[in-house]
Amino acid sequence: MSRVSFFLPLSLFALIVGFAYFGFSLGDRHELPSALIGKAFPEFEAQRLLVDAESFSNEDFAGRPALVNVWATWCPTCLSEHEQLMQIAAQTDILLVGVNYKDDVNKARRWLAEYGNPYDAVVVDMNGDLGVQLGVYGAPETFLLNARGEIVFKRVGDVNPRVWRDELRPRLVQMGAVVESFEVGEVSSQQPLPLQPLP
Amino acid sequence: MRWQSVLLLVLFGSAAGFAGANSPVDIYQFDSDAEKRRYHALIEEFRCPKCLNTNLAGSDAPIAQDLRRTVHRLVVIENLSDAEVRLYLQDRYGDFVLYDPPFSRQTWLIWLAPFGFVLLALGAMAQLLRRAGAQPQETLSATQKQRLKALLDDD
Repeated sequence: MSRVSFFLPLSLFALIVGFAYFGFSLGDRHELPSALIGKAFPEFEAQRLLVDAESFSNEDFAGRPALVNVWATWCPTCLSEHEQLMQIAAQTDILLVGVNYKDDVNKARRWLAEYGNPYDAVVVDMNGDLGVQLGVYGAPETFLLNARGEIVFKRVGDVNPRVWRDELRPRLVQMGAVVESFEVGEVSSQQPLPLQPLP
Repeated sequence: MRWQSVLLLVLFGSAAGFAGANSPVDIYQFDSDAEKRRYHALIEEFRCPKCLNTNLAGSDAPIAQDLRRTVHRLVVIENLSDAEVRLYLQDRYGDFVLYDPPFSRQTWLIWLAPFGFVLLALGAMAQLLRRAGAQPQETLSATQKQRLKALLDDD
C-alpha cells in the first residue's frame, strides 16, 4: 500500500466537504441576482391606481433618487414590510413608487385606505408585463434608483429594518438624498420573510 | 336509458373540466407553422425563474405564463429572431433563465472542470503505465526452468 493510496480517501473526503461547505454557503437559491443592476430603469407607461385617467412613465422619476416597490394584496410579506415603507416615506425626500403587481384594483385601493399609503404614485401592472420588463418573479421586490434613473440595487423579499439600515440607507446618503436620522425599528436577528410566490 | 346518458354526460363534462383546470396549455394564434415551431422550441429552452428546475413549457407558475405570453409576443408580433428573444429574457432575468449558461467570470470553473478531470485522469494513467513499464522483468534461471518444465510435464 503506497502513500498515495493511503491519503486518497482522506483527500477525497476533504474535497467533498469543501464542495459541501461552498454549496451550503451559497445562500438562498430562490434569490436570483438581478440582471438590471447598473442599467437604466426600463421605459414604461402605466395607468395610475389612485388617479384616474393619468398615466405614469419612467420620465416621471424626475431627477431624484427613487424606490420602486413591487407589491400586491395577495402577498403577506408585502403587508409586513408596509410599516417600514411608511417610515421611509415620512422621513426621506425620495420618490416612492408602488407597482401594484397582478392584483385586483379594488382590493389594492381598499388595502391602501386601510393600512395607509406610503407611495408618491402607484401604477397598475394588472397582467405582469411591467413585471417582466423588470425581471420580477414574485413579490415584494424593491428597486433603488439613482437620480439618473439607473437601478443601483434590488431587494428580493421584504424591506425590513436590517435591509433599510445596511443596504438602502447608506446608498441613499451617498446619493445625497435627505434622510432624517431616525431610529429604525429593532433589527431582529430572525430570518427574513420569504418571497411570496404568485397566487 | 335516459338517466344513464345524463350520468355519462355529467361524468365526461367534469373530466373535461378538470383537464382544463390543470393543464398549462395556453391558446395562441400563429401566422405560420414555422413561427409556432419556433415558439414551442423557445419555451422548451428557457427555465422558469420561480421553479428551480422546470422549463417555461412545463410550468404552471403564473410567472411562466407571463413569460410564455412574452415569448409569443416577441416571436409573432415583434418578429424577433431566436437569438434576440434569448437576449431579451437574459437582459431581464439573467443567465438563470438559460439552461445553457454562457462562459463567463462566474461559470468558467464549471465549463473547464471536465477538461481538468480528463487531464488528471490522463496524468494518473500515464504514471501507472510508466510504473508498470519500469518494473524489472522476472527471469528464471536454468535450474528453475528445468523445474518448471518438470512440473508442467507431470500430468
